[in-house]
Amino acid sequence: MNDIAMIQVRGLRKTYHTGDVDVHALRGVDLDVGHGEFLAVMGPSGSGKSTLFHILGGLAPPSDGHVVVDGLDLRALTESERTEMRQRKIGFVFQKYNLLPTLTARDNIALAQALGKRTSWPEGFNEVLELLGIKHRLQHKPRALSGGEQQRVAIARALVNQPAILLADEPTGNLDTENSDLVLNLLRDLNKRTRQTILMITHNPEAAAFADRTVTMRDGRVH
Amino acid sequence: MINKLVIENLKHRWVRTLLSALVVGVQVMSILTLIGLSRGLLQDSANRAKGTGADIVLQPDTKQGTISFASGQVKQSFVPFVAKQPHVRQAVGVLTQSVELITSMNGVNFDEFQKISGGLRFLSGGPPQGPDDLIVDEAYARQNRLQVGQTVKLLNHNWHLVGIVQGGMLARFIVPLTTLQDLTSNTQRISQILVKLDDPSLADREVAEFNRQLKGNLRAISMADLVSLFNINNIPQLKAFIAVITVLAVVVGFLVVFLSMYTAVVERTREIGILKALGAKPFTIIDILVREAVVLALVGCILGIVLAVVAKGVILAIAPASLPVTDAPDWWPIAAAIALGGALLGAIYPGLKAARQDAIEALSYE
Repeated sequence: MNDIAMIQVRGLRKTYHTGDVDVHALRGVDLDVGHGEFLAVMGPSGSGKSTLFHILGGLAPPSDGHVVVDGLDLRALTESERTEMRQRKIGFVFQKYNLLPTLTARDNIALAQALGKRTSWPEGFNEVLELLGIKHRLQHKPRALSGGEQQRVAIARALVNQPAILLADEPTGNLDTENSDLVLNLLRDLNKRTRQTILMITHNPEAAAFADRTVTMRDGRVH
Repeated sequence: MINKLVIENLKHRWVRTLLSALVVGVQVMSILTLIGLSRGLLQDSANRAKGTGADIVLQPDTKQGTISFASGQVKQSFVPFVAKQPHVRQAVGVLTQSVELITSMNGVNFDEFQKISGGLRFLSGGPPQGPDDLIVDEAYARQNRLQVGQTVKLLNHNWHLVGIVQGGMLARFIVPLTTLQDLTSNTQRISQILVKLDDPSLADREVAEFNRQLKGNLRAISMADLVSLFNINNIPQLKAFIAVITVLAVVVGFLVVFLSMYTAVVERTREIGILKALGAKPFTIIDILVREAVVLALVGCILGIVLAVVAKGVILAIAPASLPVTDAPDWWPIAAAIALGGALLGAIYPGLKAARQDAIEALSYE
């Protein structure tokens, strides 16, 4: 862990307006995540984990409060600026892998790289691919890869632009125990070797145990 | 990388891609074939007019324009008057009657016509001797497998086929003038007068002289000018028809690409969410769909050109006499632009819909 805060959240609120009803998804979240920290966020369904994930990833704007990611105040950003932030500072890993089915693993990674306006793989990325154990599977399309392999490709895609934070939403939710352990070990290994800041949402206490620290959310707040 | 994504997306749904491109191609083919047919027919008509050997043509002085298919509007008594004019070596009255859709029959005094044209070139048989004798050109005879000696029923009349001639002179059917006049209730009436001068270089001067003398009755035009008028731009009805087909092509191209892109956007909702999560801007999303539409249109254009060439071959094999179609390569870029325009219009709404999609909702789309 490091004392410098990569993520700083104070009094974060998010309200969705659905018809005449206001849904308060976040009711004042306070959270600090240090540079190079691996944090697990746990909590029951509807506790606000995914909303926090979306706001930190720049997919949704906060309704109120103070959110700073790698020095960027998210409340002050326009939609276009949040898009640029996703290109440069955020790496997403989803439960359902979310690889583009028409592209090979290599091209999925290359597309993220192109959208991030990078022309070549960053230094040390070959080692990351070796660590992930997918270097020999890059020519295959997602349908030819196992769930574990797809998730490892998704991790490589998330890391290709050297993001400030890696946001993982239930990264082992669709994997069996063996592949779950493999992916979690890889995340921990990456965190230790490269000091990559990781924020992982999970329901599973065993998965959370791989992180440096775990916080729990309930009713739109961090406890 | 975006281009690779576009191509892979199109390859991934190859049946839809192929069908969409095929429909665009059929539209391109329709335009090219219509233009080819129009030009072929006009060129054929121009060649036939030129083939008569006349230097001047006299037609009714009406507002219907120079290229008219109306028959029997000229009194036959003008023929001897015209024949007596200075420098006129021969004048022949011709009655034109439409027979099959766009195929015509000419009634002429055969001996007089031979003096103008220098003689029809008979491939079999010979000149008409009796009132019911018929001459057809080679293309029509081949298309309908006709032989000299056969009876041919045209205009509800049985004709005796006496000669098959090389095409390119007068209409496909040539019969005695008086018989055609009687059959069509045009007694002593004709459609036009063909004039052969003793000096062809005097054509323009004689045209002016005829127009001065016959104003209100007949209008003279030199053969050179008449041939130059066989152009799509001089036939308003044809221009309007081509415009209608072009608009239809744009509309169909628009609908096909719209439907294809719209279903693609709905099917790929989750993928659009992924792209947005990766940092794709709305413009990038629209750009991807527009490029897909452009590829569809371009593939459709290539298919359309190939189909048009095939259609021309089929038409010429089936009906070389009735439908003399030609190539229209100068219209390839125009047809391509029409298809491209329709495709781009069709990609706009699906592209905007995709660009406006909420990334979070798109990512949770099943």
